[in-house]
Amino acid sequence: MPSMNNAAERVRRELLIRVIRGELDGTLDQEIDRIPIVMRPSDQPASRCCIYKDRAVLKYRLMGILGFGVEDETDEAKPLREYLAEARLRREPPKEVLSVAPVACYGCIESHYVITNACRACFARPCTFSCPKQAITVGPKQAEIDHSKCIDCGKCTTVCPYKAIIRVPIPCEEACPTGAIRKDESGREWINFDTCISCGKCLKACPFSAVLERSQIIEVIRAMKEGRRVVAMVAPAIIGQFPATLEQLAEGLRKAGFSDMLEVASGAELTARNEAKEFFERMERGDHLMTSSCCPAYVEAVRKLIPEMRKFVSATPSPMGYSGRLAKERDPECVTVFIGPCVAKRKEACSDPNVDYVMTFEELGALFAAREINLGTLEGLKLEREADPYARGFGAGCGVTAAILHEMSAGEGQTPPKIDGKLINPLDRKNMRLLKLHALGKLPGNFLEVMACEGGCVGGPCALVDAEKGGAAVRKLAREE
Amino acid sequence: MGNGSKLKVEICLGTTCFILGASELQDLAQYLEPELLDRVDIIGRTCLGFCKDRKFDGAPFVRLDESIVIERATVARVTEKIKAMLKEKDAE
Ligand code: FES
Repeated sequence: MPSMNNAAERVRRELLIRVIRGELDGTLDQEIDRIPIVMRPSDQPASRCCIYKDRAVLKYRLMGILGFGVEDETDEAKPLREYLAEARLRREPPKEVLSVAPVACYGCIESHYVITNACRACFARPCTFSCPKQAITVGPKQAEIDHSKCIDCGKCTTVCPYKAIIRVPIPCEEACPTGAIRKDESGREWINFDTCISCGKCLKACPFSAVLERSQIIEVIRAMKEGRRVVAMVAPAIIGQFPATLEQLAEGLRKAGFSDMLEVASGAELTARNEAKEFFERMERGDHLMTSSCCPAYVEAVRKLIPEMRKFVSATPSPMGYSGRLAKERDPECVTVFIGPCVAKRKEACSDPNVDYVMTFEELGALFAAREINLGTLEGLKLEREADPYARGFGAGCGVTAAILHEMSAGEGQTPPKIDGKLINPLDRKNMRLLKLHALGKLPGNFLEVMACEGGCVGGPCALVDAEKGGAAVRKLAREE
Repeated sequence: MGNGSKLKVEICLGTTCFILGASELQDLAQYLEPELLDRVDIIGRTCLGFCKDRKFDGAPFVRLDESIVIERATVARVTEKIKAMLKEKDAE
């Protein structure tokens, strides 16, 4: 499915390029408040109701790039350059990740069933009979639903011979696995951070591009400008995201201002090894289940919403966690930046002292574009160390299980316990319920690999290519195919 | 008439074009009807040079027959232009 053909994504990336370029040049102070005007000049048609609204939305998006959410807005008249000044001084990355821009939120109507004009007001009227609440009446031209009676059961949609009844969803609410995004009385969406797991599905789902994430790009550029050693820890999902090899990426990252590239797959090797060991121990002691812990959205989901599962989540650090450790062991003074397709990693990094900042592939792409680095033309740097092929497979669904199985088969002398692995992917409402049942021991399987995004990390909200293509590239490198 | 001279379709896969939409254009061949596909030569390029001097607004770029440059290219727009150009060729 081509997702790149999408106006919202393009705007997001264009804004990033402009901000990064301005900040690198040192001209962003003068430029930033003009960006909405430059991008939405008055002589061009508006994409919303008017250019002023377009510009207001761009302002909120820019606030997000500077690391601020709508929740941080105290004065609507505050210019972007003041936010920029604050962002440059900020020492702690923002605690929450997602936010909804009020002007951008279209306030989709409550998800509901609609009888379209395909209805012929037929004679048989199966809809009226199938409705358990008598909410449907048939007028002279077509049937109507009384929404005060409708319970959203959807029975009418299945019986209509014209398929005239459809369900109109609210995209963000539909995508959210935990029900954390909801309307207020005025109809606009708010995120409840008590239940938000920062998976970023709403970000990807909103057709009005109203959901934004708080970026840390200003901090990363600051570290580069201060001349610090900034280590790019690239997620295994990176392969296939750019038209480049790992070697070319290593050179591109160097040119972009990073000191080294560290494959997070090196951390994944340790995760796989220790998680295999942990699995062995847990089975020995009689546990019926262990789950992976590398997906931060899943870990948040368990912490906040599936208490039954807490004791079964692997305590082994994630590949990012190990990679941060490796980097800081080598040079405690270095600045570590995890680069991936993930929104939730920002949250995980907040509680990991070894990971300073998190960037997305989208932001990295914008950094390359801003610096005019053309990966395809680079010679490429020889990798200091090649990560294990199995560990490189972590970024696609089943990759974790494959790596652990590999580790277990390589185990010294012991007979490994039988592993009955299941992949829980993606994290949606149905799978949230399944996880509960697994925790209670009501379903078969003793090892669960849980990935919030469709197809694994490659399907993350900030990936650059679609999950299928990304997944194929990851699997190829992991030599699974 | 598809005799020998195929229409040259150069898709820019430079980093700028790639992140601004060319990652989808890569699959152009998949979307073209077989008759069209037979009459074009699709070539991926690393940076056609149009993004220089910070003019990324038009990215992604696609160039047809060395002469026609399509800005903000999408599969739909490129296909349409290919059809139009082949028609012109046929008329010649
Ligand atoms: S990257 Fe496409 S023209 Fe330069």
